[in-house]
Amino acid sequence: SVNPDLASERQTASFCVEKLTALLDGGAEQTRIRRAVVEAIQSDPVFSRENQYFETQNERYEAAVRKAVHLQKKMHEMGWTENGPEYKYIYRALSGDIAFLLHRVFMRSISVLGSDKQIAKWIPLATQLQLIGSYAQTELGHGTYLQGLETTAVFDIATQEFILNTPKISAMKWWPGDMGRSATHTVVFAQLYIHGKCYGIHPFIVQIRSLQDHSLCPGITAGDIGPKMNFEAIDNGYLMLKNVHIPRENMLSKFCEVRPDGTYVRQGSQKINYFTMTALRISLISDEVLTPLMKACTIAIRYSVVRRQSKLKPGEQEAKILDYQTQQEKLLPQLAAAYAFHFINHYLQELFDGGYREIQRKNFDMLPELHALSSGFKAVITHHCTAAVEICLRACGGHGYSLLSGLPSLYTKILASCIYEGENTILLLQTARFLIKCFMAASAGQPVPPSVTYLAAVKAGKCPAKNKSDFLSPDIYTEAYQHVALRLISSTAAKLQDLIQSGAKKYDAWNQCTVQLVQAAKAHCHYITVKNFAETVEKLETKAGIQRIMKHLCDLFALHGIFSNTGAFLHDGYISAAQMDMVTASYLDLLSVIRKDAVPLVDAFDFTDKSLNSALGSYDGQVYQRLYEWAQKSPTNKMSPAYEKYLKPLLHNTLSKL
Amino acid sequence: AAMPMTADLRRERAAATFQPLLLTHILDGGPERTRRRKEIEALVLNDPDFQHEDLNFLSRSQRYEQAIRKSSLMVIKLREYGIADPDEIFWFKSFVHRGRPEPLDLHLGMFLPTLLTQATPEQQDRFFMPAWNLEIIGTYAQTEMGHGTHLRGLETTATYDPATQEFILNSPTVTSIKWWPGGLGKTSNHAIVLAQLYTQGQCKGLHAFIVPIRQLGTHEPLPGITVGDIGPKFGYDEMDNGYLKMDNFRIPRENMLMKHAQVEPDGTYVKPLSDKLTYGTMVFIRSLIVGDSARSLSRACTIAIRYSAVRHQSELKPGEPEPQILDYQTQQYKLFPLLATAYAFHFVGAYIKDTYHRISGDINEGDLSELPELHALTAGLKAFTSWTANAGIEECRMACGGHGYSRCSGIPDIYVTFTPSCTYEGENTVMMLQTARFLVKSYGQVSSGQQVTGMVSYLNDLSRQRIQPQHVAARTATVRINDPVSLVEAYKARAAWLVEAAAKNLQAELNHRKSKEDAWNRTSVDLVRASEAHCHYVVVKLFAAKLPEVTNAAVRAVLTDLCLLYALFGISKNTGDFLQAGILTSAQITQVNQHVKELLAVIRPNAVALVDSFDFHDVHLGSVLGRYDGNVYENMFEWAKKSPLNKTEVHESFRKHLKPMQAKL
Repeated sequence: SVNPDLASERQTASFCVEKLTALLDGGAEQTRIRRAVVEAIQSDPVFSRENQYFETQNERYEAAVRKAVHLQKKMHEMGWTENGPEYKYIYRALSGDIAFLLHRVFMRSISVLGSDKQIAKWIPLATQLQLIGSYAQTELGHGTYLQGLETTAVFDIATQEFILNTPKISAMKWWPGDMGRSATHTVVFAQLYIHGKCYGIHPFIVQIRSLQDHSLCPGITAGDIGPKMNFEAIDNGYLMLKNVHIPRENMLSKFCEVRPDGTYVRQGSQKINYFTMTALRISLISDEVLTPLMKACTIAIRYSVVRRQSKLKPGEQEAKILDYQTQQEKLLPQLAAAYAFHFINHYLQELFDGGYREIQRKNFDMLPELHALSSGFKAVITHHCTAAVEICLRACGGHGYSLLSGLPSLYTKILASCIYEGENTILLLQTARFLIKCFMAASAGQPVPPSVTYLAAVKAGKCPAKNKSDFLSPDIYTEAYQHVALRLISSTAAKLQDLIQSGAKKYDAWNQCTVQLVQAAKAHCHYITVKNFAETVEKLETKAGIQRIMKHLCDLFALHGIFSNTGAFLHDGYISAAQMDMVTASYLDLLSVIRKDAVPLVDAFDFTDKSLNSALGSYDGQVYQRLYEWAQKSPTNKMSPAYEKYLKPLLHNTLSKL
Repeated sequence: AAMPMTADLRRERAAATFQPLLLTHILDGGPERTRRRKEIEALVLNDPDFQHEDLNFLSRSQRYEQAIRKSSLMVIKLREYGIADPDEIFWFKSFVHRGRPEPLDLHLGMFLPTLLTQATPEQQDRFFMPAWNLEIIGTYAQTEMGHGTHLRGLETTATYDPATQEFILNSPTVTSIKWWPGGLGKTSNHAIVLAQLYTQGQCKGLHAFIVPIRQLGTHEPLPGITVGDIGPKFGYDEMDNGYLKMDNFRIPRENMLMKHAQVEPDGTYVKPLSDKLTYGTMVFIRSLIVGDSARSLSRACTIAIRYSAVRHQSELKPGEPEPQILDYQTQQYKLFPLLATAYAFHFVGAYIKDTYHRISGDINEGDLSELPELHALTAGLKAFTSWTANAGIEECRMACGGHGYSRCSGIPDIYVTFTPSCTYEGENTVMMLQTARFLVKSYGQVSSGQQVTGMVSYLNDLSRQRIQPQHVAARTATVRINDPVSLVEAYKARAAWLVEAAAKNLQAELNHRKSKEDAWNRTSVDLVRASEAHCHYVVVKLFAAKLPEVTNAAVRAVLTDLCLLYALFGISKNTGDFLQAGILTSAQITQVNQHVKELLAVIRPNAVALVDSFDFHDVHLGSVLGRYDGNVYENMFEWAKKSPLNKTEVHESFRKHLKPMQAKL
């Protein structure tokens, strides 16, 4: 039965939860398909995560391999294909913990970087899992800065082979998933040398383990890189190459080829490849970043209406902790952010789909903008969501620290997203470079891409708000965000100019402005997110209370951003001190409004209990009973050898004999 | 094996403008204490009994087992060596367990001290020596599944039965099950249990009882006791945090700790003299957390800064070799303010500890006058420093890129060990609100014409300003951003402004609404902000106050840079407050931001020396990235080879899953 404290929250919802779920899914039909996939996977015991929190790294890895193998069978049984509508929901239903994710990256890189002949050779083998692939780019010494990679591939005309080497310890491949134990092959990125001349980084297919007995191939040293904060199930690996010979045909050669005589030929445009990398950053956001945040919000908010603590009014029952303003102030902005980022992700997906169509038609004009947006938003969304998950964890008091709450593993997993696919600070600086360039162009009256047209319209002026309800107007706050973004971009551009004019080298001036540049890039992304949220709300149907509650969340997201960063808005007097008090008042008022719908708003994310795998966040709210039952399953509750070996002699008075 | 120091770190150390050892002496509290600390460190590190495999490769049960093994040896050896000074015991324990919690923490840190402070002489005779000799291992069972910081809500009952002269202990609901106490799950055979006392049909509130939970000899749970481990957590793998459920479990009347309150044989209840006495312990433990915030952040800074001096990446100048990542402004901006924060918190921790020791003499003589302020201050500072350090540790990890995420970096372990301190010993938001209550009360006193003293005395100025309103505006011109003393004034003005705003908002709510509690709740976000500003002011003030005490000019210069960076960075992160309150102008804010960046460049040459001064031994640091010699990559490889997944050349899952699948397809 549902805990009455949770049940009562659902009776007062101001909107139709099922309708909101459909909106998030992109239609009721999508919701139906998703639920069918989730049901098929979660009713299958092989995919169970019941013991996940109690397993060792070795057990987790083995389970992940078992699940990956079983998934092949399951897909066949269910008639799911890679191009079918079900496919995108499988990963969500599994909640991670599955092997061969890098195998998919291996296949995609061959499809994108390989010649037709290479695709014809490798893709069928990979599809059939006759070989297991990985993708070895990052090295011990280099990550985001690809030009610095040190692995070498030297072309040997005599044998028509490339000879691959790890010339020093920092050149070891380090981190690639599936490579530590599983992979038989991997795409290795290495500096290509022909006749002693370096041609830069190129991809090569290298076999690393025997297809017969899985032993390492000659010249290969490979293994697991050891325990991490999460991803216990994944065998992130290292790889050292010592005079490993591979045939000339193993260099992926869609764009660059080495002819038998050693001639190096470039062909076609690399821009499609570039687009793919850029699009990958965006494709991660949904499963790897938004899902964990939505789960964390679900757990923390449900728990906060079940947990009662202290009294708000003397003589009454203890209050639900969600009734405390400080608890609302922790959780509700995170909930609003989950929705804000869901909508911006949707916007970015559409933009990329459009970009892809243009690129098919050989129009590459959108690339710089897409690249800037994907870099900036990848950084801003991963950073914001990671912080938000940690806030959720910490808002659950002591029980949040139990792995059984589900929150620690959500946190340790999401935080890796701040690093992979480009370190966030570096990505923000790339966005900043684009913004500065566009700002200069706009100032000179040249055309700029659609997302940055506002850079052309430098306006002075003040925020026109007269009272606190004015700050519930999207025009008012969107304008304020635009103003701040523009101010930060233009002042940084001016500072750069100043430095250069006073004799600083360009790169030096850039490094001296990087802190400001990062702030400017963040402000730009924040502005676009607010603007997009407001525009999305405007287009929503007014039925079933959906638009009204989304408007509240949009207001909350926008005002929380101002409240948390008052200085940026006060700095040039755009918002006055008196207006800032109105912002604060309006913001705090909104908390108690959204409080009433908090549980329905997380119910709309529609996670099953098995997806959440949390003793605190289950739909029925039977928190304490579940925590107690789950704890008893812990392996530590079997008799530990520690008693016989150490405790017994201790307790049996060996000390007092001293 | 000893490896030569990398050229990068050698160069860094040679370029420092001061002697790190002199700064180490300041942090330790004098050269003699540094010497003694290192002596104790050597005792532990050279002792083969305390060696073991890297804990990262062990399962939770194995880690618990190792911890128990080392803890028992630790107790024996402490006594062998005759180490009895609390600081020295702390050092010894910290080196043995490398800064991690251990299963006897609650026995040594809570069970024994509670016997000393709350047991009658007769009870001490019965329990203290057996506990001292570890025949009795105890824990302190306060928190329940349903209640933590809000102690009055605890539900465990102890009902006195005059017929048998026993207390009957019960866990009447699921939520009343004791949950979280360290050492309770598997290690302890006794617990001090906090329960609602019922006698003669009346509830007398929370009291402490000594409850045997496991059979001496067999270690089996006693009839009526259900006890076990609460399962895996975010860190704390060494600790058997436990649960305890009691079902009509009887203990003799003499097992209630009766130094302060008593139940007589007939059930008559005798009240304690003062309830402020328990404040003392809370102040003490929270002051330890402030010190722990400093230490944990220092460890993370040491790792991140050394690694940033070893790691080379990308290019700053076209055509030149890849620079150390510590040369990037963004990297300095991430790490140096945290370094400054670590130093600031060290001085705050030392201040609170000294203050506690100074007034604990008064407390013993019954003078409790200074306790409320210290209590309010430590509550807030516990929250302020643990929140900041917690976020700072994560920033340090993130600043190490991908390798920070590997457990070999050591930072994940520092984080998971430290992060619960935001919750235990008083949940941070609740702590901030306790401080706020004191601030609002002090503000009320000032408003009604009284003078307040101590750290809140700046509130006295508020009444003067009301007479001369132009005073506020006049203040702006007077802030000198190069002068720590002037910056203290700016922080003071911000705190005063936020305390006043919160107090006025609270009053406005009271005017609109009936209930005090409701008004308080509706103002609590403002109140937390006011407390944070107050604590921030105290930290800046204590850091600035430390500078004149430093006699060596070179050390004083570098600490002054750090103090300025701490204060100015804090302003640049909270510009809104300073602008809105009219303490600084926009032009001054721009100068502050610029000066922060200049200070980064000034501190850069001393960065490695400043973390060396924390003087963490490599074994204690437990980080491949933060090694003193800087040989990071070779040692990452050596470390990884020991991973459990690498035990066999071909993993067994190949034969179990991969091979059969490939055969089938």
